[in-house]
Amino acid sequence: MSRSLVPNLEVRRGLRLERLRELPVRGEVLAAVGSKVQAGDVVARAYLPGDLHIVRVAEKLGIEPFEVARGLKVKVGDPITKGQLLCEHAGLFGLFKSRCVAESEGEVEFFMEKTGHIGVREKARPVELKAYVSGQVVKVEPEKSVTVQCYGAFIQGVFGVGGERLGEIKLLPVAPDQVLAPEHVPADAAGKILVGGCRPSLETLQSAAQAGVQGLVTGSIDDYALAGYLGYDLGIALTGDEDVPMTLIVTEGFGLIPIAARVLEVLGSFEGSQASLNGATQVRAGAIRPEVIVCHNDESIMDEDAGGAGSLGFRLGSRVRIVRVPYFGKLGEVVDLPDGVERIESGAMARVLRAKLDEGQVVTVPRANVELV
Amino acid sequence: MQTEASKLQTVLVTDCGSTTTKALLFEKTPAGWRQTCRGEAPTTVEAPVADVTVGAMNAFAEVQELSGRQILDARAGVGSHPFLEQGGGRPGGIDLYLSTSSAGGGLQMVVAGVVKEMTTESAQRAALGAGAIIMDAISADDGREDYERIQRIRHLRPDIVLLSGGVDGGSRSHVIETAEILLAAAPRPRFGDTLKLPVIYAGNCQAAAEVSELLSKIAQVAVVENVRPTLDRENLGPAREAIHEFFLTHVMSHSPGYGKLLKWTPLPVMPTPAAVGNVVRTFAEGRGLNVLCADIGGATTDVFSVFKNASGERVFNRTVSANLGMSYSIANVLVETGSAAISRWLCYEIEDSELRDRLRNKMIRPTSIPQTREDLWLEQAVCREALALSLQHHRSLAVGLSGVQQRRGIADIFSQKKNRVDLVDMMELDLVIGSGGVLSHAPERLSAALMMLDGFALEGVTQIAVDSIFMMPHLGALAAMHPLAAQEVFEHDCLVNIGHAIVPVWSSGGSGAGGEVAQVFLDGRAVAAVRRSDVKCVPLERGRVYRLRVEARNGAVDLGRGAGKAWEGEIEGGCVGLILDGRNRPIEMPSAGAAHAFQADLFRGVGLL
Repeated sequence: MSRSLVPNLEVRRGLRLERLRELPVRGEVLAAVGSKVQAGDVVARAYLPGDLHIVRVAEKLGIEPFEVARGLKVKVGDPITKGQLLCEHAGLFGLFKSRCVAESEGEVEFFMEKTGHIGVREKARPVELKAYVSGQVVKVEPEKSVTVQCYGAFIQGVFGVGGERLGEIKLLPVAPDQVLAPEHVPADAAGKILVGGCRPSLETLQSAAQAGVQGLVTGSIDDYALAGYLGYDLGIALTGDEDVPMTLIVTEGFGLIPIAARVLEVLGSFEGSQASLNGATQVRAGAIRPEVIVCHNDESIMDEDAGGAGSLGFRLGSRVRIVRVPYFGKLGEVVDLPDGVERIESGAMARVLRAKLDEGQVVTVPRANVELV
Repeated sequence: MQTEASKLQTVLVTDCGSTTTKALLFEKTPAGWRQTCRGEAPTTVEAPVADVTVGAMNAFAEVQELSGRQILDARAGVGSHPFLEQGGGRPGGIDLYLSTSSAGGGLQMVVAGVVKEMTTESAQRAALGAGAIIMDAISADDGREDYERIQRIRHLRPDIVLLSGGVDGGSRSHVIETAEILLAAAPRPRFGDTLKLPVIYAGNCQAAAEVSELLSKIAQVAVVENVRPTLDRENLGPAREAIHEFFLTHVMSHSPGYGKLLKWTPLPVMPTPAAVGNVVRTFAEGRGLNVLCADIGGATTDVFSVFKNASGERVFNRTVSANLGMSYSIANVLVETGSAAISRWLCYEIEDSELRDRLRNKMIRPTSIPQTREDLWLEQAVCREALALSLQHHRSLAVGLSGVQQRRGIADIFSQKKNRVDLVDMMELDLVIGSGGVLSHAPERLSAALMMLDGFALEGVTQIAVDSIFMMPHLGALAAMHPLAAQEVFEHDCLVNIGHAIVPVWSSGGSGAGGEVAQVFLDGRAVAAVRRSDVKCVPLERGRVYRLRVEARNGAVDLGRGAGKAWEGEIEGGCVGLILDGRNRPIEMPSAGAAHAFQADLFRGVGLL
């Protein structure tokens, strides 16, 4: 495999991005092409008809349907509030009045004279769609969708759980290889996206979620903590819809692997900025990786390797990260790219490269186990 | 491109797997058709590339480098194929390019029904039986709002939707409402524009026409018999078969860039299992053998079998276990079988959390490969469990094996009972073939044999072979154009005879003095004994034909010819020879604490440690 195009994960300070925002049902698009929007702005809205409650007045009051019609206190189309009188029946000689009141708020949709039933439709509920990223609306599909374009920092994780969230970037004051414990969750964590460290315990995840943290971006996670956080064991990497209170994104993988310096460097330079993140991951053909986007919309902020690492392939001097034992998580520089295949420790023949690790050791690794950083 | 078989001289074939794209060059030599060069590259279905043809081009380039033959045309225009065509006095080039594909990976489905505990549950069982992962089960009574269901379906990007609901002749309105939710969601296929989302309708037959018309705007709809024709009757077979067929023909081969790949070859791109199945079937029927073959990939494991049925005809079966594999689906094997089941095959101690983390890392970085021996053994342990699970799946699904319909009493409505005749008889198996990276590229052929011996729990006397460099998909594609060439390469370059497994099976009291359960004779000479709990190898001269006789030590021991009877026949020496396995069946394993030491002894005994 001389041409290993391993899935490098983007860590960029400046990149143009587009995000499609689509209503689940037809509704109203609130932003026009060219308009500027903030990530938290509602850009489209749809109204879902409320539930219909049938109030069986005749049965409730023990009267005939025609008597319901006589005592009716509302008419079709009337808005009603909870507890509002719907029907009153005078009873014997007007002495024993019986009443039927509304159990929910809404609007009278129908009255059936034959049955004495009143239909109360709850208020239509809006479904609001936020912009998710701050930028400019570049496309609108009336009643359906909005496409927002932004320019910002873009960091992909390798795996995540939990859906879209917004928050303020806050770097944890810990070393990249620090195992995150509950005490590392700061007192002012509510509404923040915490970044740093690695392998948070289940208790740490729960503490952060309880503190109102919107997202945690960390180096790694262990499988048991993940299963505990999700409440089940994940079979394949298809995530994003989990009912979890905080989105979790890991940048390196499973186990004890420090968060990458480049992620800390890029997100650190935007500390205090608002960011959007999404843990949705689909590792299969047409893969989706989790993301953090900081929409600074400052096009003067660019990366030195604007072409993207993935398009280059390995070269002497390429900065790489090893993604498999025995050197999992180690960083280094390519010092040799042998042409042929070589026998590796497992006994298999593979295309390899030699990398000088940051610790100084030169190691031979299969090219398939190396990512460009 | 040349499409006349008799004029072909050089054919390039790729198999675009979910993890790796393998390109093979086949050439007509003075000695006949041969496989002459191989190149591979990671399949490029993930951003930033997200185009399967890029991985294919990388594999072509490797073939070009290694063979020294110019096969790519630097001047090829956009929109045309990239190959240098042979002829015109130029050196190099190829006559024909063919491909198979399973780049799309596993099968993830959404099922929908009307009543959660009735039709939806039947639909779920049908999908699970077909090997799918169920991403969500939508029901009219699942407590969600329509918009929530719509959002969910959109986000999930299912490969196939199975829609059920209503008993035949019952109310149509609810199932039509469920179809309307699907219509509103208009779920897009996972990638590309070459595939319309497949929807299988298996609900109230009287609503079939309306549902079909409604959904045909957004999907390719197949109508099959109702999974729940009446309240007390479940009919999962037709839906299961339709899922299987759709997956095979429409889902697993598709991937980003698939449309471009189609334009490079004059023949349709075959789904990988279809290609391998053709090869297995042709070989087994031609030789008159009972054959079992497994192709274990990154996302799926495909199992093929040819066995004699009660009337003596050989029946071919093919199943695709959509979420049992060695990379994308490796963690699913872990979830299905548990870490203890995997760990018991290891010859070294490993912390449970370490084992789980390593498999998860393979799941999220599916193209990485084991570098150390320990890591390789871990993948081989997973392979054993994946093979066992996929064989179980094959036995439950194979056409002709299962009663497709079953009457279910009210008490059985919420449970699934099996009622089938098992055609796959391991004692009757003549040959097992392993294919796929973990088996074909195992550094020692013996390791591949042991993975199949353990994973399939072979019984009696069975020949074990492996696809030498994983070329069965390619040969299946080549056979579609030039069957003779494919056959020549298959016999000469593809099938590696590893040896024969001898596995006595006994109920109780099978072992005699010294734990001996069977005696092995070659050409009339006693060469070894099979001892209880022991696994060992007896080397043979490769290619030499021997007269093998295996005698049971007592009447309780079965070698495939009936309890107490001897097995006798001719065998050809393989690269390992005989593998004598005295672990009985189900495989006797020591308790968890002693499993690693037992495996270490076993590995040492056969020379792997």
